[in-house]
Amino acid sequence: MAKAHQKIQELSWEPQYHEPYMKYGTDYTFRKAAKKDPLKQVLRSYFPMQEEKDHRVYGASDGAIRGNMFRQVQERWLEWQKLFLSIIPLPEVSAARSMPMLFHVVPNPELHNGQAIQMIDEVRHSTIQQNLKRLYMNNYIDPAGFNNSLRNFHSDYCGTIGRQFAEGFITGDAITAASIYLTIVAETAFTNTLFVAMPAEAAANGDYLLPTVFHSVQSDESRHISNGYATLLMALSDEDNRQLLERDLRYAWWNNHRVVDAAIGTFIEYGTKDRRKDRESYAEMWRRWIYDDYYRSYLVPLEKYGLVIPHDLIEESWKQIWEKGYVHEVAQFFATGWLANYWRIDAMTDTDFEWFEYKYPGWYDKYGAWWENYNRLAVPNGHNPIVFEDVDYVYPARCWTCMVPCLVREDMVMADIDGVTRTYCHEVCRWTDVEAFRPTYQGRETPNMGRLVGHREWETLYHGWNWADVVSDMGFVRDDGKTMTAQPHLDLNPKKMWTLDHLRRCPPCGSPNVIINELDAAGKAAFLADYNKQGPAGRPAPASA
Amino acid sequence: MTTAQRPERSVPKPQFTDAEAGAQEFPDSGASARRYNYYKPAKRKQTHYEDVTVDVQPDPRHYLSQGWIYGFADGSSGYPLTWTKLKAWGVDKPEPERGPGSGGKPVEEWPAHGWHEFRDPNEEWEMTFYRYNANVVRQTTQNVENARQAKAFDNWTPNWKTFVERNVGAWMHIEHILGLYVFAAINRSCPTNMHNTAMVVNSMHKIRFAQDLALYNLTLSEEIEGFDGAAHLDAWNNDPEWQGIRKVVEALTAVDNDWGEMAFATNVVFEPLLGELFRSNLVQQAAAGNGDFVTPTVIGAGEYDYSQRDLRWTQACFGPLTSDKEFAAHNKELMQGWLAKWVPMCLEAARAMQPLWSQPDFKPPRFEDSLDRAKSRFAGIVTELGLEPPKELSQ
Repeated sequence: MAKAHQKIQELSWEPQYHEPYMKYGTDYTFRKAAKKDPLKQVLRSYFPMQEEKDHRVYGASDGAIRGNMFRQVQERWLEWQKLFLSIIPLPEVSAARSMPMLFHVVPNPELHNGQAIQMIDEVRHSTIQQNLKRLYMNNYIDPAGFNNSLRNFHSDYCGTIGRQFAEGFITGDAITAASIYLTIVAETAFTNTLFVAMPAEAAANGDYLLPTVFHSVQSDESRHISNGYATLLMALSDEDNRQLLERDLRYAWWNNHRVVDAAIGTFIEYGTKDRRKDRESYAEMWRRWIYDDYYRSYLVPLEKYGLVIPHDLIEESWKQIWEKGYVHEVAQFFATGWLANYWRIDAMTDTDFEWFEYKYPGWYDKYGAWWENYNRLAVPNGHNPIVFEDVDYVYPARCWTCMVPCLVREDMVMADIDGVTRTYCHEVCRWTDVEAFRPTYQGRETPNMGRLVGHREWETLYHGWNWADVVSDMGFVRDDGKTMTAQPHLDLNPKKMWTLDHLRRCPPCGSPNVIINELDAAGKAAFLADYNKQGPAGRPAPASA
Repeated sequence: MTTAQRPERSVPKPQFTDAEAGAQEFPDSGASARRYNYYKPAKRKQTHYEDVTVDVQPDPRHYLSQGWIYGFADGSSGYPLTWTKLKAWGVDKPEPERGPGSGGKPVEEWPAHGWHEFRDPNEEWEMTFYRYNANVVRQTTQNVENARQAKAFDNWTPNWKTFVERNVGAWMHIEHILGLYVFAAINRSCPTNMHNTAMVVNSMHKIRFAQDLALYNLTLSEEIEGFDGAAHLDAWNNDPEWQGIRKVVEALTAVDNDWGEMAFATNVVFEPLLGELFRSNLVQQAAAGNGDFVTPTVIGAGEYDYSQRDLRWTQACFGPLTSDKEFAAHNKELMQGWLAKWVPMCLEAARAMQPLWSQPDFKPPRFEDSLDRAKSRFAGIVTELGLEPPKELSQ
């Protein structure tokens, strides 16, 4: 195999007559980089190996159907897969599409071989995950949400949050996107929770297909991690890159934390029925997989090569998860806004409360009463969905950068950009928009850096709309034309399900970000001061404040 | 006597949930709800291939209510349709303008433009391409291994050994460059997930074939006394016969910001005029006479990739554009221009390769006859696409 690998290095190409068209740019330079290909992989062994992995995946799929796996899957769990599996195929195929951006900017033909194999892997991942979702749609009790998955994903604010995990790979500075954000942070750090921790939880909820598919996916990730590591070492050879590496690690780390911890943390903590006390909480998993495995074992040793590591942000992320209840705040928000989504969210019960209190002491005082209200208001009975009821919850403003709402209220900051006031969930998200994604960074020209664009506040698109029209517009309606795809409970008795008629009578959709921009300067300052005193669990600021 | 009890292990407790399809009746519980309902299939029934590829990548002209959320420094984002000069119907229509209070503005008339009509006739996705390529590498490995055990290389004529070490060896570079720097490269640029998947598969065929040739070369170095495993590098870098084709291959990677031209020039022009000219009309014809039954099996696998699979998606991609309901004339003119540009370059390179036909001891068909076959094949492909064989073909 070593000889075979050495032989294929003879294919490396140094252009003699024409240079390839340089479509994608970077502000990084690779003048001093030593060229190395760490990936010992040739296609003669790769294809049969992958085929064998496929046989195992598809064999397990057949077995799951024949063995009626769906008689024992927890609906609480599988409903969240409607969100996850609508999001994840796009980041996968976007990763495939990002690889040639690196061919153009990393002057190491030997590394291009590894990047090409990663490209192929990523197409594998995207389509094998679409196939898993198709299987769920065909065999799980409630296909709604799976069957219109990709329309939903493109319309829904959760899908847009997830899209950062795709567009962040393929747009802007090629190294920032396809190397630092994708391989160095997303794949090396956060696939551990995505593709290892989450499948374990799926298995505990009766679903052994998700682990089958995603462990097969994860077994490809080590190759991708090698690609990222090789590129990072090349980048570190040139001191001019260090300022950019510091910027990009800060952005990529924080954005991954905001997005992945929000989603996967919620799936694992609020999508499970497994409440054994010795089952690891998401915080414990995070500490093991991200903090110890990635930060201490992978990042810290790179410090000696001159990499400036965002120690402060890693500690701050941990603080967000452990002290500030980031995952709980996000799960509560998803449940508050259940009517804007396309899956069913189960209420928490006493068993869940006990587990949360054991794993996160003080949880009940913060979140218990709200979840009791969620349960009380789950079935339509003359009242409105919980978001319109008086349950001590202030609907949050949207973070311009990560697009998760500003849920840890004390951290919310604002900035005026192009005459518009934007809200950010945290100072680092403000920095990302106002300082990092700009054509100059700390006085240095960064002409290749990307931009944050688009209609990033979902509520603003629907400001003033009746909720029945919002849900119809997004297409989150079942085949009788009126029953909603989403429900705040798991009871499929049609009499217990919410319909567009229930929404028609609700107050209109209001965007906090529109309302903020209608205020004068003093009003905005007062809004911010009040907002920072709110919480936890979305509670209004104390009256005496 | 007491029985020692094993302490209870902490494991998840499976529960009967009865969450399988058909367990209850409710809105969306029927069989008709068990299909992806957000896209229209190309034919009456949705295919497995379509289910796993179509609409994975969003389009603001369909459902993407919040638009693309990351942009390049120049403001472009997503997959700009201007990254080729080709046009498919509908592309000049503006995207829905969304903003405060606009709603999502989902586009009900779908597809909104012709690019979304493309389907790979090979229906390639994850499962198919691993099975296909695993079969190819297994068969190729077995062929070479059988030849090695049978001492088949001993039967080669003396000059054939040199021909293979220099010229068959040199071909690996072409496949590698086209695989990586044409087809993998444009997988970022093309407009839909169906295009991107087809191009990745095409790229893989090429990279695999390049490696098949490299590893075959390695085996020959070990099996044939005096076989120079590095001679292919010298041929590729220095032989005048290879410099013309090398110029064309490198030019294919250097096309100025047009994925359509890169794919078209490679699979419609280069492959029949130079690829098949060398592979089918020289190596395959000459090998048997020179005592070699092995090289054709390695080359044949790559030839099958092109002629039976890669050409098929290319025809399905570019053919409809010449009869596009809005831009047929524009596309034809553009593609005719590409033919006028690339055909002379390829013919010039082909003529530079002519001495290769004289190198084997047992001579293949005459170069002019081989070239005529290649031209005829090319003219057929072009005509099937709805284009005219360019006047430059008679040069």
